[in-house]
Amino acid sequence: MSATTPTSTGTATGPRRGVRIGPVGLAWRPRVLTTSVVAVVAALLLVVLGVAIGSTFIAPGTVVRALLGLESGPDQFIVTTLRLPRVLTGALVGVTLAVAGALTQTFTRNPLGTPDIIGVTSGASVGAVAAVVLGGGGSSVSALVLGGGIPVAATIGALVAATIVYGLGWRGGVQSHRLILVGIGVSATLDAVTSYLLVRAKITQATAASQWLVGSLSSTSWTTVWPLLVIAAVGVPLALATSGALGIGQLGDEVATGVGLGVQRHRLLVIGLAVVLTAAAVAAAGPVGFVAFVVPQIALRIAGTNRPPLLLSAALGAVLVLGADLLARSVFPWQVPVGIVTTVIGAPYLIWLLIRHRKEMSR
Amino acid sequence: MASVPPPPLAVPTAPAALPGAVIGASGVHRRTARRRVAVLLGLAVLVVAAAVASMLLGSNHIGADRVFAGLMRSGSGTDEAIVWGSRVPRTLIGASVGAALGIAGLLMQGHTRNPLADPGLFGVSAGAGLAVVLGVFVFGVTSTSASVWFALVGAVVASVVVFSVTVAGSGTASPVPLALAGAAVSALLGALTSFIVLTDQDSLDAYRLWVVGSLSGRQLDVLAAAWPFMAVGLVLAIWNTRALDALGLGSELAKGLGEDLLTARLVGLGGITLLAAGATAAAGPIAFVGLTVPHVARAVVGTGHRWTLPASALLGAVLVLVADVVGRLIGGFAEVEVGIVLAVIGGPVFVAVARRRSLVSL
Repeated sequence: MSATTPTSTGTATGPRRGVRIGPVGLAWRPRVLTTSVVAVVAALLLVVLGVAIGSTFIAPGTVVRALLGLESGPDQFIVTTLRLPRVLTGALVGVTLAVAGALTQTFTRNPLGTPDIIGVTSGASVGAVAAVVLGGGGSSVSALVLGGGIPVAATIGALVAATIVYGLGWRGGVQSHRLILVGIGVSATLDAVTSYLLVRAKITQATAASQWLVGSLSSTSWTTVWPLLVIAAVGVPLALATSGALGIGQLGDEVATGVGLGVQRHRLLVIGLAVVLTAAAVAAAGPVGFVAFVVPQIALRIAGTNRPPLLLSAALGAVLVLGADLLARSVFPWQVPVGIVTTVIGAPYLIWLLIRHRKEMSR
Repeated sequence: MASVPPPPLAVPTAPAALPGAVIGASGVHRRTARRRVAVLLGLAVLVVAAAVASMLLGSNHIGADRVFAGLMRSGSGTDEAIVWGSRVPRTLIGASVGAALGIAGLLMQGHTRNPLADPGLFGVSAGAGLAVVLGVFVFGVTSTSASVWFALVGAVVASVVVFSVTVAGSGTASPVPLALAGAAVSALLGALTSFIVLTDQDSLDAYRLWVVGSLSGRQLDVLAAAWPFMAVGLVLAIWNTRALDALGLGSELAKGLGEDLLTARLVGLGGITLLAAGATAAAGPIAFVGLTVPHVARAVVGTGHRWTLPASALLGAVLVLVADVVGRLIGGFAEVEVGIVLAVIGGPVFVAVARRRSLVSL
């Protein structure tokens, strides 16, 4: 896979700057830092806007006061009970999917290496579609198993599938090439099961299942926010902490071992993080289209780095999902699932970046 | 089996373009060549066996004598209808679709140098899918004979868009932008398809059946529409084999070996598009074949596209034919679609192969 590293975009990495106080040093790249700060600010602005805009408009000032708990009355209720869960879920789904995507794309050194290759999405889809198709029939056994509803079924499916892929990919250690191939096989099988369920289902159930498969924020509440928030609060900082090791891992097994990186333990951590983050996001909102693939690719092109920068990916993920949800709610006359809008925004932007890259190079 | 390309069995004469075949003494060289020929012959026998099974077995249980009589148009009307209306078209379509997807997948993975690349990566499947859905949604077209044309047009248009984006982005259409542009355009078309499908139940009903991939209900006219595409695609693919071997060494080395990169890419991508478009139009997007067959082909005959191309074609044909026969038998009259059978049976087999052998990494 020598030619499939994200490095072959050919962009310069840019100079590092840093401060040094005695033995403690901190280095950063100015372009990564500024773009990350801008993206984080944009994400926060979109949170406020997302809460403000809806069937009744609430002034941003009131929103901020309500978020701080200084407001009372109907506005407080609309903000904290109705709109905030949806906006927070959107932001967290964007963050977790983007970070998971950045982790797997770096780990596999393959821009197509989304968390899907570990079977997470396929597994979650089988679980959720089975819950919709079989659970709706009311047969007692399935109702018992699937009583937890779609999120529980999706989580179980995701974790089981990822464990199967990792277990089958293990032969005295895990290599990204074998893991990818095993993932292809397992995902294909699981996707076929999903297709079988969809083809055999009643058309109304098929519609409901297809809606879930696109990814949507329409059925969110505080109960979807809390698990996602806890997992993101633990997983995202952990992912940021592995960033240095991720860079070393890219140099290949021999070099990484020589530098003193525990290759297999590092791999388990990276894959485990990607799986848990993706599973949490998918359980909350379905496999929201394209985020895990496109955001890291956009991030590395904006920042001019040779692998997806994690913090910028996280912030851009939130921006993409929040922006898409805002568009879906305010511009379109009826509710379009957010997964369609993330793709409709993200895909052309990536295409534009690909075309502009050529113009930059020939200049 | 007119649809299966004759394997180019000639002993390699241009070793410079054949990584993997040049190393070692000439005795070793000849032995590996003989082994590869044996593997290809074995695969050809399997294709014939699968085709015979596909003619003889089905939900209507009729004996071999009645199948033969139907084939000769000397039996009863029912036999003739079963044989010429169902078994012959299915066998021919299955074999040619399998072979086409196998070759298209091989070329795709060779050009993108990415083991995750399937023939649908250039938007062929997504474009065909959107066109089929638009056919239902806008024009109310649901018959297979008509939607095959929608699928062909959609597939070709989508891959031309992907290729233009890539050339605009990187000049020579290098692997990474190619894969990214393909994935982006596919996702965009897929989102539009989802949008239509979620608003219109008739479209969803047609789409969910189409997208699985099936050979049932196809008549010979479907094959007649798709065959010219696949035939031209095959010619381009064979033309492309030498250049692909050179490209496998990296763009710089390929240039050094005297390959014109843009021509090589154009020929290859044209071949992929035509092969995949024809196959997808005839049987729906059966991504599994194009994704997995090249890996298995490389495992059994090694690298070198003059070997992996016939191996992929034969493996793809066997896979689709066998899966179709199994789907007919396990479901009775409510048969299971070939795409589902393929992945459910083929997935675990592929995992076993990936674990057992050290598959050649790209």
